[in-house]
Amino acid sequence: MAEQVLAEPLLRVDNLVRKFGGITATDNLSLEVANGELHAIIGPNGAGKTTLISQLTGQLPPNSGTIHFGGRDVTKLPAWRRSRLGLARSFQITSLLPDFTAADNVALAAQAHDGHSFYFWGDARKERGLRETARTVLARVGLEHRADVTVSNLSHGEQRELELAVALATKPQLLLLDEPMAGLGVSESARMVELLKALRREVTIVLVEHDMEAVFALADRITVLVYGRVIASGLPADIRSNDEVKRAYLGEQHAVTRHE
Amino acid sequence: MTASLNARNIVVVLVAAFLLLLPLYSQLSGNVFALTLFTRIVIFALAAVSLNLIMGYGGMMSFGHAAYLGIGGYAVGILAFEGIGSGFIQWPVALLASALFALVIGALSLRTRGVYFIMITLAFAQMAYYVASGLARYGGDDGLTIYKRSDFAGLIDLSSKMQLYYLCLACLFGGIYLVWRIVNSRFGLVVQGLRSNEARMQAVGFPATRYRLACFVIAGTICGLAGALLANNTDFVSPAVMYWTRSGDLMVMVILGGMGSLFGPVIGAIVYLVLEEFLSQLTEYWAMIMGPLLLLVVLFGRGGIMGMLGRPRRG
Amino acid sequence: MLLVVEQFLNGLQFGLLLFLLAAGLTLVFGIMDLVNLAHGSLYMMGAYFAATFVAWTGSFVFGIVLALGATLLLGIVLEFVALRHLYGRDHLDHVLATFGLILFFNDAVRLIWGPAGLALPLPAWLTVPVQIIPGVFYPAYRLAIIVVALAVALGLYLVVMRTRVGMLIRAGASNREMIGALGINIKLLYTLVFGLGAALAGLAGMMQAPILTVQIGMGENILILAFVIIVIGGIGSIRGAFLAAIFVGMIDTLGRAFLPDLLRKVLSSAAASTAAPAISSMLIYLLMAIVLVVRPEGLFPASKR
Repeated sequence: MAEQVLAEPLLRVDNLVRKFGGITATDNLSLEVANGELHAIIGPNGAGKTTLISQLTGQLPPNSGTIHFGGRDVTKLPAWRRSRLGLARSFQITSLLPDFTAADNVALAAQAHDGHSFYFWGDARKERGLRETARTVLARVGLEHRADVTVSNLSHGEQRELELAVALATKPQLLLLDEPMAGLGVSESARMVELLKALRREVTIVLVEHDMEAVFALADRITVLVYGRVIASGLPADIRSNDEVKRAYLGEQHAVTRHE
Repeated sequence: MTASLNARNIVVVLVAAFLLLLPLYSQLSGNVFALTLFTRIVIFALAAVSLNLIMGYGGMMSFGHAAYLGIGGYAVGILAFEGIGSGFIQWPVALLASALFALVIGALSLRTRGVYFIMITLAFAQMAYYVASGLARYGGDDGLTIYKRSDFAGLIDLSSKMQLYYLCLACLFGGIYLVWRIVNSRFGLVVQGLRSNEARMQAVGFPATRYRLACFVIAGTICGLAGALLANNTDFVSPAVMYWTRSGDLMVMVILGGMGSLFGPVIGAIVYLVLEEFLSQLTEYWAMIMGPLLLLVVLFGRGGIMGMLGRPRRG
Repeated sequence: MLLVVEQFLNGLQFGLLLFLLAAGLTLVFGIMDLVNLAHGSLYMMGAYFAATFVAWTGSFVFGIVLALGATLLLGIVLEFVALRHLYGRDHLDHVLATFGLILFFNDAVRLIWGPAGLALPLPAWLTVPVQIIPGVFYPAYRLAIIVVALAVALGLYLVVMRTRVGMLIRAGASNREMIGALGINIKLLYTLVFGLGAALAGLAGMMQAPILTVQIGMGENILILAFVIIVIGGIGSIRGAFLAAIFVGMIDTLGRAFLPDLLRKVLSSAAASTAAPAISSMLIYLLMAIVLVVRPEGLFPASKR
């Protein structure tokens, strides 16, 4: 536990445990994410990173432990409530609405945070406010020229960018990004890194990634997960030189960009 | 909605024109049977349109939708039996009863997903069937005869075949219009999104169940209206109208016509019921042909009839 | 007192029959992920085959055995010709296609056997009442059903839990691709499982035939009960189906037997006689509704998710 941050951490995880039958995917995990930082979570495959993200967002209930977001205990809250509180997520395996356009996807996300949706009559696609927000967010990730393309016709890279846009449209306080660069080529990855750099100033980010170059370029702090446990957490320089981390990554050190 | 001259739109216009002009043809040719048949078809088309709302757009495969035909019908029948013949009372009661039933059944059924949802909705509809069969006062298994059709105080005379037909047609077109508006509204987009990717929608901040339930109730209510119309058309209501195979018929109409297309259910209803009529004239054992035909449709007919005419458009 | 014991046993017997039906459905759904509405048709065919073969051969037992074989064969042919094309498709496609099969079977039966239905008379040695406890007599045939059904249930349990084939079945339920990768002939396995399911359905149909009915459409009514049992018992769980089936069988039988009298004590006679049959038939669904509210995954779900 490094220096004490004066303000309450935006996200605080205490002794989170999650088992699947005989396997302990999350093993007494504790973590703190300070307001405004970009906190990366790394670890070899099978370390339980996605399981952790799913518990943080509410898709998966933990067996025990607590999660506090903005000082509030959200452990028992369903996913949609956490989203309303300002917790947004992008998925590791692209999870969009394939029959809708990019703009539709983003506008719908904005709609979720714009009052209720029990309006049965007016054409939602003509709602100025939502469409404007959609265009703005799409422009942010560089997709405004593809706004009216159906998601199934977008390239993989564009879909990953759309994933990010959808999460952004909910105007989150905390962005949980699960391998946003999965499957991206070199130039696309570079663009994503620039995007995340720009976002750093505005929103707290928890980034799960395999791409080490990106991680060390972006992270304020890094937590390393192995078999569901935190083995190290701190500044990038400290993590780089940590022996245990090196051991965990032996053989994976040189695989900077390993993607499916 | 851009009006382009493609196969789908042409078919829709032709069918709509046909339905509008049918009574005139019936008058001129003296073929009363056609009018009777198509009144029934139009009513089932309305029921299918309501089912398409939850199935095609909402992704909720309800196998108990015929229950609402029964509820709407029994509302009219029971009230008529008890001496309340005014349509102004009967029909709102039919709608309200359907809505309430849908609310309760939906709240329970939507706790399940996929094939379990199918089974549950089937079970609850069958429950309605058994309850109706047990109502000795109202005919039980034999059903209830309705001696006088719903009275609308001179506004419209439902004992006239032609007037009843046009009322049914107006309800059908009205229903389609309503579904169109719903599907493109905020609410409709949420429901479609939930069909498409529920995890994504929840992650983005939408509570799934309440929207699905509202959709379920709307569909049930519209079908209740079809039930009231059906009772007036047949002057009779019996538990058989809620038997689960009727729900199956409705599902077939929706899928045959093309799920998630506005006009698909109408085409599906027409094709299915005309085919049934035609085949039953041919042979007493028409189901032996219909059955395998369904199997073939499933195996080879992608997207139903509307799908075969062109890419299905959502809303 | 006598009446209670008798109804209790009737409930057990009904429950066991329901279990046989539900087990076949769960097996096919669990392993091939196939929703088979025509399962009820196989139940019906079992009854019709039994009635026919018993009449032809003049021997009850021989007729039953032949009918079992015929139903098994029918199941295999059905799977081979039509149903295997449905694997991997949307459940809705299954529902529709098998719905079509129901229509087909009902009319085919009407064509071959006529609309009137058949009777399956019991041989003399099965109609005698058996004294199970001093002073309490129970029909031999119903006792036979209980014994046979329990034996089949036990046999099913042993096969699924203790044999290599059973292991394949359980593995197949959890992971289809892996089984294929192991080089096992998946197609054959599926066909056999389906045949087993069909035989179970047919057995249930022929066993209840002498007591209840052999008629067109008999499958559909009981199929719904099988669905309810699966939902109450729990997803993918044969043990759950067993317990739920017994439970449902008891509630339905005891309810129908005793509810009218119970109601008459509380309500007026007229109200009771109207309400009683309606409520009795609703009991099962009310039970299902309660389970759904309290435990949507069912009472004993197999831990798969």
